[in-house]
Amino acid sequence: MTATTALRTWSCILGVAALAITGEVLIAAAMRRLGDLDIIRERSGLPGAIRAVLSSPLFLAGALCMALNFFALLFTLSIVDLSLAAPATASLTYIGNAIAAKLFLHENVDRRRWLAVLFVCVGVVLLSK
Amino acid sequence: MKHALKPSQYAILIAVMLTASVGDTLLSRGMAQVGTVDFHHLGLLWQALFNPYVVSGIVLLIGFFASYMTALSWADLTFVMPATAFGYVVVALLSRFWLHEHLSIYRWTGIALIVCAVGFVANGPSRTEHPVEHHELDLMDSGAGR
Repeated sequence: MTATTALRTWSCILGVAALAITGEVLIAAAMRRLGDLDIIRERSGLPGAIRAVLSSPLFLAGALCMALNFFALLFTLSIVDLSLAAPATASLTYIGNAIAAKLFLHENVDRRRWLAVLFVCVGVVLLSK
Repeated sequence: MKHALKPSQYAILIAVMLTASVGDTLLSRGMAQVGTVDFHHLGLLWQALFNPYVVSGIVLLIGFFASYMTALSWADLTFVMPATAFGYVVVALLSRFWLHEHLSIYRWTGIALIVCAVGFVANGPSRTEHPVEHHELDLMDSGAGR
């Protein structure tokens, strides 16, 4: 693999992971702000819950990122092997999600959760072997 | 900060694990039947919508999205994440016991690691309670009392 191919491969993988992380954190922030969906559904029914979710700008921004992530992944798969792209984007997304959840969502990512993130990353890489 | 999920909330987490993995498996099975889609054969995408595997895959993935967002409405992102990773384990076990594929020692190790990760997180609290909000409430209370 030449230097330019490697650069292109890894910038694609990083781009896919970055879009996934932004999307998941935005959606998680939207749901946190909305509050318990089960309670909303009890109060205003399923249509009310769907309306509440769809009218959240944070959710819409997150969904846009997830859609872009889907197409970026399709593009990446056309130039990078699935056996590298799938585990690499999945494990980068898990690590990035944990860091972003701590920084932006102020979640309490304790030692237990860091260890879980690490185990999931290694596990995902091993599963794709 | 005690970790107490209702049975219905466990059901949502199990739905997150199962729908994503089974949905993906159904989609890939259906798309393998439909054939390769490229820019000259975009019509195939329309045909794919009539493939029963693709349709059931899409239904399951909509179910995944709904249950994932419900889970995020009462649990932390870092709490739900290992549950989604457990989907990979489900796919691997499905391919072993349903499609009778061979699983290498690497894959078994990967399965064990993800199962451990789910165990670690499931033992902890599901939601970070923000002390700042309580502090603000205390301030408001003390203001009201004065």
